[in-house]
Amino acid sequence: MEAHAASRRKPGTRRWRRALEDRRVLAPLLIAPAVIFILLVVGVPFGWAIYLSLTDSIGGSLKGNWVGFDNFTNAWADDNFRKAFRNTLIFTLASQAIVLVGAAVLSHYLMSDFRGKWFIRLLIIMPWAAPVALGTLGWLWIFDSLFSVINWTLGHGLGVVDSSDPPQWLGRPNLALLSVIVVHAWRILPFAVIIFLAGLASIPSEVDDAAKIDGATGIKKLLYVTLPLQLPIALVALLFGIVFTAADFTVVYVLTQGGPFNSTQMLTTWSFQIGINSGSLGEGAAISLYLFPLLAAVTVAMLFFAKRAQVS
Amino acid sequence: MAGRVTAARRSLPTYLVLGPFAILLAFPFYWMLVTMFKEDLDLYNAENVPYVYNPIQWKFWESATTKHVEFLFTDTHYPDWLVNTAIVGIAVVVITLIVALPAGYALARLSGSWGQTAGIGIFLVYLIPPTLLFLPLSPLVARLGLQNSLLSLILVYPSFTIPFSTWLLMGFFKTIPQELEDAALVDGCSRLKALTRIVFPISLPGILTVVIFAFSLCVNEFIYAFTFISSTENRTISSGVPNELIRGDVFFWQSLMAATLIPSIVLALLYNTFLDRFIKGFTGGAFR
Repeated sequence: MEAHAASRRKPGTRRWRRALEDRRVLAPLLIAPAVIFILLVVGVPFGWAIYLSLTDSIGGSLKGNWVGFDNFTNAWADDNFRKAFRNTLIFTLASQAIVLVGAAVLSHYLMSDFRGKWFIRLLIIMPWAAPVALGTLGWLWIFDSLFSVINWTLGHGLGVVDSSDPPQWLGRPNLALLSVIVVHAWRILPFAVIIFLAGLASIPSEVDDAAKIDGATGIKKLLYVTLPLQLPIALVALLFGIVFTAADFTVVYVLTQGGPFNSTQMLTTWSFQIGINSGSLGEGAAISLYLFPLLAAVTVAMLFFAKRAQVS
Repeated sequence: MAGRVTAARRSLPTYLVLGPFAILLAFPFYWMLVTMFKEDLDLYNAENVPYVYNPIQWKFWESATTKHVEFLFTDTHYPDWLVNTAIVGIAVVVITLIVALPAGYALARLSGSWGQTAGIGIFLVYLIPPTLLFLPLSPLVARLGLQNSLLSLILVYPSFTIPFSTWLLMGFFKTIPQELEDAALVDGCSRLKALTRIVFPISLPGILTVVIFAFSLCVNEFIYAFTFISSTENRTISSGVPNELIRGDVFFWQSLMAATLIPSIVLALLYNTFLDRFIKGFTGGAFR
């Protein structure tokens, strides 16, 4: 019946149907919408950002006069920019160092089965699951200048700081930088744990058994068996973390808006400041593009390790 | 009995390590919970122990209040923001599935060796951060007359949900045995029919995982929501709560903390429920 009905259809439809069965036709056809969409909403704006960075475009306009690399050199000449550049590096490296150590330990212990695991895992992944702007607001209240719970604990509770002049976590340059680092590490840590767990889950159980026979347990097993096997995925987690941190805008903006005295200004917040608040779209775009070499390097590294992880 | 005791003893180091970490990581949420029901007189008294509710003038039955939570829902635009967030999230998830389901399947099954490379390529797009794109996008959105409209977010959010979801779906589809499809093809099914009748229904748990995580990416997004939408009632929670509930120097901390805790708990429960599946999809993609 089916074949009979098909043969009565127009030959054009039939050829079209046969073509749909061919994977060389079907595969590109199914992938095309995704590629086209991505080119439109990522490729076009990205190209535009590069174009804008080479013009003197100002707020609200999509065009400007060609100025070559002036925006890049002008940005670099600004002390605030260099501070932002330096801060971005410190912010990224310091928070990722905390994250990597924490994730290695947490994921190792989360692999075993124990009572209450569901609840403990819930508590651990909360910082990543919570919308970032909202979780950061919780920290804004924790760091409050008058009613900080940290200062109450240190002052009234433990008596290690002077309650009449407690540390101003977001009001002093170095403390503010430390605060945004800690909050960002807090947020990324659960994500790194998840990626580590994914990596551990892919280690075959035979390796575990072999380690057990050889008498490797606890820390020894972690150091000599688990960590080396985990290296590729740990690097993937690190690379993700670097991108998420270097490109983060929300944590810094909600906590300090780059202050005090631009001491927590990052490339992202500075490009927002210049590009949106001051309306120098071209220079803002140039500032954000200073992130690009870093992101490109990370991408290349990611490709390399993804390939290796696949082969092994 | 004895077995139970030794099991507990064996997991003791696990508790000793994970316990403090869990407390530290979840502390801000405990802090939100305590804050949201506090009376002003209790909250703004630096002598009071902040971790608990302190009775005011010994009337312990008056030491906690729900009035700030009620204020949030009756006197602010918070309910509007929740609705807006849901509208954007659902619309984006639908667009994402329409585009990512076929792409993920094709990359997993049909495209041979270049599929893997193309898959990684699409995934890498996820790493191009919004902070690099919002500057050209915001005048572009204005030019299209979409500023201050939820449509701008619905149009732009798939830029990160599609790469992310395509990757996860590719991972899920790879775990489905090829034989099931081959059997359907032998029985005279077309490839597209095999896809909709066999592959998608089996992958339902994986698809649901993608729905959850793509939705949460939308709830999370801040910079587009912040720059594209300017009027109070059109905001989503992620830009509304930090920007509209704080008036100058006046912080309504109890209402603010209620506003942050409610979506956080919902998302955390969903994450925890779907985490194992997420891990499966993520590793199924390439890092096998």
